[in-house]
Amino acid sequence: MAHSHTAAADDGELHFYVADEHGHAEGGTMLGFWLYLMSDCLIFAILFATYGVLGRNYAAGPSGTDLFDLKLVAVNTSMLLFSSITYGFAMLEMEKGDQRMTQRWLAVTGAFGLCFIGLELYEFAHLIHEGATPQRSAFLSSFFTLVGTHGVHVTFGLIWLVTLMVQVHQRGLIPANRRRLMCLSMFWHFLDVIWIGVFTFVYLMGSLK
Amino acid sequence: MSARAPVSDNVHVEVVHDHHEAGHGSRREYITGFVLSVILTAIPFWLVMAEVFSDSRVTSLVIMAFAVAQIVVHMVYFLHMNARSEGGWTMMALIFTVVLVVIALSGSLWVMYHLNTNMMPMSPGDMRNMP
Repeated sequence: MAHSHTAAADDGELHFYVADEHGHAEGGTMLGFWLYLMSDCLIFAILFATYGVLGRNYAAGPSGTDLFDLKLVAVNTSMLLFSSITYGFAMLEMEKGDQRMTQRWLAVTGAFGLCFIGLELYEFAHLIHEGATPQRSAFLSSFFTLVGTHGVHVTFGLIWLVTLMVQVHQRGLIPANRRRLMCLSMFWHFLDVIWIGVFTFVYLMGSLK
Repeated sequence: MSARAPVSDNVHVEVVHDHHEAGHGSRREYITGFVLSVILTAIPFWLVMAEVFSDSRVTSLVIMAFAVAQIVVHMVYFLHMNARSEGGWTMMALIFTVVLVVIALSGSLWVMYHLNTNMMPMSPGDMRNMP
């Protein structure tokens, strides 16, 4: 993995330049996981395209302007954003090898993620209670599919997070656990990126008159 | 990182490690990304909730620009994307995906938007007699 080349300087000193790729070349796991994320991105692209096509077909039912509570979405967005930075802090503690602080930051991340899912479920329940069910119109079908798929991803991320916290508790910050935490870090930040598209494309643009 | 070790009296070996920062940034990097994200999130919400622009088309274009900027911020500061990690392959995969996403999104919207207007007007009776 290390490419090196030498350059003889004028003063007779020998300089080696070693482009070392240590720490993240664990058998190409990071690249493989990145490729998975990119394929996941395509799933979301198709769901966004579906929403883009069907998002104005209300079938004489409620529209986004009637349904969306932007204050709730703003709180939800901040939950996900906070969870992103706390996961980042967990990764920094992992780099330092501080298992206790890593676990704490992971727990904080999980709490924010749980708040996000809770608020989203509250929103869905509220919509369904008002009669805005997925069966009501093409707009609502595509809305529930897109936002629901993102929510399912976050839910699985939370399950993964708890699993890793148990593993770190049992075995410590061994290389295998570090690799797993790195993968979840990419997954978690990726979900935040998808959410940017969701709140802009679905909620904010859907609330425009 | 650099280490110097005298090999002999007149030869010095210097090993310079390249820090790719792939997958692990610094605290400063995370905080910069977070502050930028908060700003780039708050402005579009404010634009829509306070109805700053009277033309909703202007608002949509502006908030879409903010979304793209925030996605770039997340990619750089949280996902630590750069052209060198994994020998440039993550960037290649990302560019390929972006191309596919743009084709899928713009193609779907374009085709389906024109489909409604370009369809021949047809009565239910015509539909029934279709081959």
